[in-house]
Amino acid sequence: MSLLELCRWIQYSPLLVEMRASPWLFPVIATVHLFGLAVIGGAVLLVDLRLLGLGIRGQPAAYLVRDAERWLIRGLMIAIPTGVLLFMCFATKYYYLTFFWVKLAALVVVLLFTFSIRHRVALAADQDGGRGRQRMVAMVSLALWTTVAMGGRYIGFP
Amino acid sequence: MSLFDFFEWLGNTPWSIGLHESRYAFLVVLTVHVLTLTVFVGTAVVVDLRLLGAMLTRVPASEVLSRLLPLSGAGLAVMLASGALLFYAAPLVRYQNVFFRFKMAALALAMANAWVFHRTAYRHVAVWDRDPVPPRGVRLAAAVSLALWASIITAGRMMAYQDYWFN
Repeated sequence: MSLLELCRWIQYSPLLVEMRASPWLFPVIATVHLFGLAVIGGAVLLVDLRLLGLGIRGQPAAYLVRDAERWLIRGLMIAIPTGVLLFMCFATKYYYLTFFWVKLAALVVVLLFTFSIRHRVALAADQDGGRGRQRMVAMVSLALWTTVAMGGRYIGFP
Repeated sequence: MSLFDFFEWLGNTPWSIGLHESRYAFLVVLTVHVLTLTVFVGTAVVVDLRLLGAMLTRVPASEVLSRLLPLSGAGLAVMLASGALLFYAAPLVRYQNVFFRFKMAALALAMANAWVFHRTAYRHVAVWDRDPVPPRGVRLAAAVSLALWASIITAGRMMAYQDYWFN
C-alpha cells in the first residue's frame, strides 16, 4: 500500500466520512488546535527569551525550563491529536502539498532539537560563558517553530 | 450616516478593494494576524496561569507580569493593526458577521477585565506577590481572562463559517 493509498483509505474510512458530514466538527477541532498553538507559543517563548537574555531572569534557568517544558508538553498534547484529526479529514489534499511535508519535517526536527540540545543548553544557561551558543539555540528554535506555524497557516489556504 | 453606510463607503475606497482583491497581500496580513497569536495569547496565557497558581509559582507574580506584559502589548499592537486591515479589506462582510460582533464584544470585555485587575487587585500585588497561589479575586480575573481569550480565538476561527452555516 503506497502512502497515497493510505491517505485515501484514511480520508474515506467510515469514521472520517461521518466526521466530514458534520458542519461544525472540523471548525471546532481547528479551534482547539489553535488553543494548543497559544500554549506552545507561551512555553517556547519563555525559554527562548531567557536564552536571548530577555524575559524572566530572576530564577534559576533550570526551574524556568522545567516548568516551561511541562506546559510545552501539555500544549503539544492539545495540538498534535487535533492536528492528526485535521490531517485525516483531508489526507489526500495534504499529501500533495509540499508545505505540509515541510511543516511535518520542521516539527520533527524542532521536537528532537528542543528535548535534546535546547534542553541541555537551557539547563546550563546560568553558568558563565556560552552566551553565543545560547543565542544561537534560541534563534534556531524560534526559526523552526515559525516554519511549523507558517506551514500550518499555508496548508489551510484554499 | 449609519454605520452600515459608512462601512459600505469604506469598502468602496480604492485601498480596501485593492486589499480585498490582492493575490498575496491579504493572505500575508491574515498569516501575520493568526501567527502573532502565539506571541500575544501565548504570553497572556503564561501570565494568567501564574495568576491562577498553575505555572512559575516560585517566580513573583509582579516579575512575570512586568517581564512578559511588554511583549504581550507588542503582540496586541500587531494583532490590532493586522485585524484592522482585515476588517478594512471587507468592512460590510465583517460588520454583518455574527462571530465578528461576538469577538469584538469579548475583546472589549477582556480589555475591561485587564483594566479592572490593574486598578484593583494588582495595586496590592506586594501583599500576594510571592504566594504560589494568589488570592481568589486574582484567580477569578485570570480565569475570566483565559475564558475570554479562548472565546476570542473561537469566534475568530468561526468567522470563516458564517456563510457556510447560515446562508
